Amino acid sequence: MKKLFSYHETYVFLAIVIFALVITVVNPNFFTLENLFDLLKSYSLMGTFAIGVLFVLISGGIDISFTAIATIAGYVIAVLLLQIGDRLNIVYVFMIAGTIGILLGMINASIIYFFNIPSIITTIATLNIYYGVLTVISKGKWLYGFPEWFGAYTQMYVFKLHTADGVPYGLSVITLFWFVLLLIAWFILRYTVLGRSIYAMGGNIASARRVGFNLLKLQLFIYAFMGLMAGFASVIQAMLVQTVAPNSLVGKELDVLAAVVLGGASLSGGAGSVLGAVLGVALIAIMGNGLTLMHVPSYWYKVVIGLVILISVGSSAYRHKISTRRRTIIEVD
Amino acid sequence: MDRKNTEFLVLLAILVGVIGLMWLLNGADFMNLGNFQSMAFQLPELGILAMAMMITMLTSGINLSIIASANLSGIVMAIILTKTIPPESTGPGGIGLVIVAILAGLLVSALIGLLNGFLVAHLEISPILATLGTMILVSGVAVAVTEGYVISGFPDALLAIGNGSVLGLPAPILIFAAGAFMMHIILLRTPLGSRIYLLGSNPTACFYSGVNNPAVLMRTYLISGLYSGMAAVVMISRFNSAKADYGESYLLLTVLVSVLGGVSAAGGFGRIPGLVLALIILQIISSGLNLMGVNTFLTVALWGGVLIAVMVIQSLLDRYQEKRRSV
Repeated sequence: MKKLFSYHETYVFLAIVIFALVITVVNPNFFTLENLFDLLKSYSLMGTFAIGVLFVLISGGIDISFTAIATIAGYVIAVLLLQIGDRLNIVYVFMIAGTIGILLGMINASIIYFFNIPSIITTIATLNIYYGVLTVISKGKWLYGFPEWFGAYTQMYVFKLHTADGVPYGLSVITLFWFVLLLIAWFILRYTVLGRSIYAMGGNIASARRVGFNLLKLQLFIYAFMGLMAGFASVIQAMLVQTVAPNSLVGKELDVLAAVVLGGASLSGGAGSVLGAVLGVALIAIMGNGLTLMHVPSYWYKVVIGLVILISVGSSAYRHKISTRRRTIIEVD
Repeated sequence: MDRKNTEFLVLLAILVGVIGLMWLLNGADFMNLGNFQSMAFQLPELGILAMAMMITMLTSGINLSIIASANLSGIVMAIILTKTIPPESTGPGGIGLVIVAILAGLLVSALIGLLNGFLVAHLEISPILATLGTMILVSGVAVAVTEGYVISGFPDALLAIGNGSVLGLPAPILIFAAGAFMMHIILLRTPLGSRIYLLGSNPTACFYSGVNNPAVLMRTYLISGLYSGMAAVVMISRFNSAKADYGESYLLLTVLVSVLGGVSAAGGFGRIPGLVLALIILQIISSGLNLMGVNTFLTVALWGGVLIAVMVIQSLLDRYQEKRRSV
C-alpha cells in the first residue's frame, strides 16, 4: 500500500476518480458506456501524440513541433487521397504519413545533436518553419471529400452496441489502433535495451555518453519516433473529422505536453511511463468532457487545465524536494 | 579582442548589410522617413517583451508566459479604463484614471512574475514547465474574463502613450529606451545583475559563493513580469484595444531576438546592446519583407530558419575557438 502511494500515477488515478464522481453526480450522462467509447475515440488523437511526446520527455528533451509535422503529413496524404485515392489503401496511407513524420523528426534530431542546440529552441524554430512553409504552399485551403473507403473507418467498430433510440456505438477501430501503439511503446520502454537507454540518457546524458551509448542513434530514434507518432496522428485526425485543414492542429502542442507532464513525465528527463501518459490524457479528456457536461462555459476550460498542471507539477516537485532533502548527498563531479 | 566585442561588431556589420540589402530590394520606398517612423512604432513592444524573455534566459531559464501576462495585464488596464468611472471626471484626458489603470496592470504582471519565481525558485520546477503552466492559466483567465471579446475605446491620455511623439520621437520608442537603459543598469551595475550572470553560468558555484539563489530567481522572474506589464501598456495604447490572444507570434521572436543578440540559451551570457542591435536588424528585415509583399507565414518560417542558422553559427564558432585554445 505504501509503495502504491510512492507512484505519481496513483495520485493521477485518484484525481480521475474524484473528477469522474463529481461529474457523474452533476450529470449522470457522463458515466455511460456510450460517452466512454466516444471519449476513447476522440482522444485517440491526443493519445497518439502523447506516446511520442513521452519518449522525447523521458530522454530529457522536448518537442513542440509535432503538430506542424502532423499537419504536413496530414496534408500530403489528403492531397494523395484526393488525387489517387482509389489506388491507395489504409496501410499505404499510414506508411506515407509515418515516413514523412520520421523524416521531419530526424531533421529535428540532427539539428539538436550536431549543433548542440537546446531542443526547445530547435523545435520552436522548426514548428514555425514547417507550419509557415506548409501554409504558404497550401494557401490555407481545407481539403475534404475523401474516397468512401477512407470515410468508412470512422464508423467501423470492433464490436457494436445500440443506444435506446438505436444509435450505434462501440469500440472504434481507431481506439484499437491507439491501444496497439500504446502496447508497442510500453514494450519498447520496458523490455528493450533501446527503451532502457532512453531512460539512461534522460537521467544523465554525460554518464550515458561515457558508458558508451550512441547518443546520435538514440536522438535520431527518439525524434523519428515522435515524428512517426505525429504522422499516425495525422491519419487519425483525417479519419475522425474527414477534413484536413492547415490550422487545425498547430496550437494544440501545449495541451499534449501538459497531458504527458500531468502523467508524471518530468522535463528534466529520466522519468515517465506509458501508463502515466495514458492517465494524463484521460485526466485532460475527462475534465474537458466533464466541464461541457456540467455546462461550464468553455472559456473556463483553460483556467482549470492551467490550475491542474500547476498543482500537479508543483506537488510532485515539492515531494521530490522533500525526499532529496532527507538523503545526504555527496556530489562528485 | 574579446568575445562580446567581436559579437557586437558582427551584429553591427549585419545591420549595415541588411539595411543595404533592403534598400537595394525596395528602392526609395524603404529609405523614406515614414517607413522608419512606422518601424519605430512597431519595434518597442517586441523589444520590451524580448527583454522580459532575455533576463530569464540569462539565468538559464525561459519564460513562456510573457505574452499571456502582457495580455492579462492589458485586459486589467482596459477593464479599469472602460468599465469604471467616466474618464472626464479624472482630470484632462482621463489622466488620473490612466495612472491607476497602469499601476493595476503592472501589479497583475508583477504577481504573475512572483508566481513564476515561486514555482521556479522554491518548488524547483523546471522553468519551461512552470511558465508553461502559468501561461495556460493566465491566458485562460484572460479568455474567461473577456469571454473572448475585444475591449476597446480608451481615454486620450492613454492613446497618447502609444501614438504620441515627444520632440519628433515616438513615445513607445522612448519607453523602450528607458526600459533598455534600466535593464542595462540592473544587469551591469547592480549586485543582482552580477548574481544573475553567475547563477546562469554555474548555479552550484553561485550557491557556494554565498548567493541566495532562490532570491535571485524570484527577482529575475519579477522583473520579467514587470517588463511584460510595460509591454502591455505600449500594446493596448497602440491598438486602442485589449484582447486575450494578441501577439501570440511574438514568443518565437523574443527567443530569436535574444539569441541573435548574443544571449546564450544555456545562461550566463548576453547584454542589452547586442539585444537592441538584433532587434533593429529583425525590424528592418521584417519591414523590408512587408514592403516587398512577402506572405506573413513565409516570414514566420524565415524567422525559424534564421533562429536555427544563428544557433548553428554560434555553435560552430564556439567549437572552433575551443579547438584553437586546446592546441
